[in-house]
Amino acid sequence: MSTAAQSTRTLVVERVFPHPPEKLWRALTEGPLLAQWMMNNDFEPVPGRKFQFRNEPKPNWNGIVDGEVLVVEPMKRLSYNWAVGKSEDSPGLQWIVLWTLTPVEGGTHLRMEQSGFGPDQQANYNGAKYGWHKMFDSLERVLEESKANA
Amino acid sequence: MVLHVTHANPNHVFRALADPTRRAIFEELTRQGEQTVHALTRYAGVSQPAVSKHLTVLKRAKLVRHRREGRETHYHAQPDALAPMVNWLDLYGAFWRERFDRLEDLLQRMEP
Repeated sequence: MSTAAQSTRTLVVERVFPHPPEKLWRALTEGPLLAQWMMNNDFEPVPGRKFQFRNEPKPNWNGIVDGEVLVVEPMKRLSYNWAVGKSEDSPGLQWIVLWTLTPVEGGTHLRMEQSGFGPDQQANYNGAKYGWHKMFDSLERVLEESKANA
Repeated sequence: MVLHVTHANPNHVFRALADPTRRAIFEELTRQGEQTVHALTRYAGVSQPAVSKHLTVLKRAKLVRHRREGRETHYHAQPDALAPMVNWLDLYGAFWRERFDRLEDLLQRMEP
């Protein structure tokens, strides 16, 4: 079973797999294995390494996810940023993806957390002044208000 | 997965609202209803050319519309244009659940 706890700022999907953390870690970090369930890629689990996930192009999207590895803690945590629509004149839409592995009886609990930050932020999410959080807060308010006025 | 939405180009919507002044103008229009460029300039506390530039970006994202009346241009909000942003969680939710299913299949095929 998987669950998706949703707020407007963070998306969480988690599931317990009947496999050891070592095996999950390989599936999350080895390019040829990643390609079998995520997307074609040139991923390497090295902090600072830039990589791409490649899909078929779609309308409004060239099919490419640009990433940069942020955190590598073998068998425990893996994090990278995730940018869609990146081009010379735009950083694109940016998210941070964080994978957390926790050993549990009979397997591994895997948690994927995707959180969003503003297109102006690049990887500089620490000083996120105009970050997604604030942005979604105000959007939520706007949506509620426009509903109330309708 | 994400971004095949039939609304305004989501990049335009995200980019338009990433700027705090534009966000403030958009929120003001949502709260107050239709406003003239003059009124918005007083509210935003920046120059009128700057406000006009922001309004152009909001227009391109289909977040505002305008009409002319005499010498004044009146703007109003189009909150429906926010749909591409509201949809991202749904789209990615479906995306990740599908990937988790594929991961489960892969783990079963992998050597222990």
